[in-house]
Amino acid sequence: MNELYQKHETEINEILSRYPENFKRSAIMPLLFLAQREKGFVPQEALAQIADITGVSETDVASVLGFYSLFQETPGGRYRIQVCTDLPCALRGSETYLKNLCEALGVKTGEITEDGLFSVEAVKCLAACHRAPMFQLQGDGEIKYYENQSVELTMQIIEGIRASVASEKEGKHG
Amino acid sequence: MGNYILLRHRDVADIDQLDGYRKADGFAAFEKAIKTMTPAEVTLEVKNSGLRGRGGAGFPTGVKWGFLPNNIWPHYVVANADESEPGTFKDREIMESNPFQFLEGLMLASYAVQANTAYIYLRGEFWQLANHLNQKIKDLENAGLLGEKIKGSNYSLKIYTHLGAGAYICGEETALLESIEGKMGQPRLRPPFPAVEGLYAKPTLVNNVETLTNLPPILQHGADWYRTLGTEQSPGVKVFCLSGCIKNPGNYELPLGTTYRDLIYNYGGGIVEDRAIKAVMSAGASSDIVVANDHTLDTPLAYETCLERLNSPLGSASVIILDETVDMAWLVSKTVNFFKHESCGKCTPCRDGTFWMNNIAGRIVKGSGKPEDVDLLKDVALQMQGKCLCALGEFSTMAVVSAVDRFRPDFEKHVRS
Repeated sequence: MNELYQKHETEINEILSRYPENFKRSAIMPLLFLAQREKGFVPQEALAQIADITGVSETDVASVLGFYSLFQETPGGRYRIQVCTDLPCALRGSETYLKNLCEALGVKTGEITEDGLFSVEAVKCLAACHRAPMFQLQGDGEIKYYENQSVELTMQIIEGIRASVASEKEGKHG
Repeated sequence: MGNYILLRHRDVADIDQLDGYRKADGFAAFEKAIKTMTPAEVTLEVKNSGLRGRGGAGFPTGVKWGFLPNNIWPHYVVANADESEPGTFKDREIMESNPFQFLEGLMLASYAVQANTAYIYLRGEFWQLANHLNQKIKDLENAGLLGEKIKGSNYSLKIYTHLGAGAYICGEETALLESIEGKMGQPRLRPPFPAVEGLYAKPTLVNNVETLTNLPPILQHGADWYRTLGTEQSPGVKVFCLSGCIKNPGNYELPLGTTYRDLIYNYGGGIVEDRAIKAVMSAGASSDIVVANDHTLDTPLAYETCLERLNSPLGSASVIILDETVDMAWLVSKTVNFFKHESCGKCTPCRDGTFWMNNIAGRIVKGSGKPEDVDLLKDVALQMQGKCLCALGEFSTMAVVSAVDRFRPDFEKHVRS
């Protein structure tokens, strides 16, 4: 079997065990999440690897990758700040919040901050309408919600992440 | 009994822990069912309770269960935890804070249709929630409540979570099944219905999280007790998600039949800055825009009354409040932009219709529209109606047609030459 499988054998076997033997294709989405974990996007070579594991064509895997918005095909910031600007959130000021947050970070939506750590996106409803403005943070294979936000609060969270990334780097050098 | 039937974590602090849930009568209903009731008896009790699907359609739950044929096996049960309708955030609170009651409901439904495998399909954004549920499922396996021959009975059940990855359409049950099968989330042609040919082409029951969470109390206290709550045609309680221009947004568990006025002014604390209310939407972005006059405010929120009095379905009871400052042209540009983004692209009326509605509404709001664009926008919506493969396309037209008809000046002020 291929490199992806060898690297995550136990986890991939566990994923496959959730579905009937003859429907391995069901594992495509969990495997795409797994392939995305390392770099924040699905690398090209993963398509063939996942196709190999699930017994479908590379095209089938690519169609799933392209259809769902949480699968990233291109590199972005290590952390993607995804602000909901749908109707209920917009009624609670999320559009203004997004605009001011972008200004505070010195980026436009879709752009990456100078340190390469963050990109900001407007996204669709995240089921947190009563606690807007809010955003989800997608990065390092995780997705976390931050609710009842102000730009000040969010900037504190961002500085916190920057500090932990910096100490992570120091740890590696030391 | 406490104040809550579904949001019981507001009564019982440690109900999210297995011990705490068991102390609060947790799994009494499930153990009673597998030890003393046949699957048909469980289904009959749910039928008698009059419980209707809480995902939006309001279809009688017990009747839906009865559609699974008994000569094709295995059966599957899928919990629809895709919660993606703008304005809806109830299933998230239930799964986060009262997870075992939801899981017990899923187990009861699985027993009733004799499924040995159940999946919980969560929207991908609920990544933390999926981890949380996986832990709770492990707790149940360790306690012998899930697995082979549960508690000495002949019944075996495994539950797995499956994460979506950001697609509103996967809340539609056939698109959801496609997604579990590892395909693009595009709705299937029906028939065959999922009850006959669903997941892996086997008989499959798909129920919403809130629907399932109703089952343990129904089985424990009985259908007659459940019918003492709510209205005759809409028995029981409902979690109303209140959002928009409201002082106290949030989830409110109330009997079906509670009026709009009570929900908004009594429970929700009234409109932000005490402004005047302009309109309401009862089913998130999929709603008509209903003018908030006295007739509307006095309407009981139940499946039959919303249809009879307002000609506008209750849906998922995701009530978005709109006050006098909300520009309906802007609102429509938001909802059609949502549907344009979420259209799966399979059928032409929806794919192209939402594209053009988004285009026209966008230029109206930007001030670059022409006076005839208002009618054109409505015309595109009307041409879509009745022609889309699934309800998403239909839903995308609701706000458009009702807003243009009822709040035309809001549109015209943008296009005056």
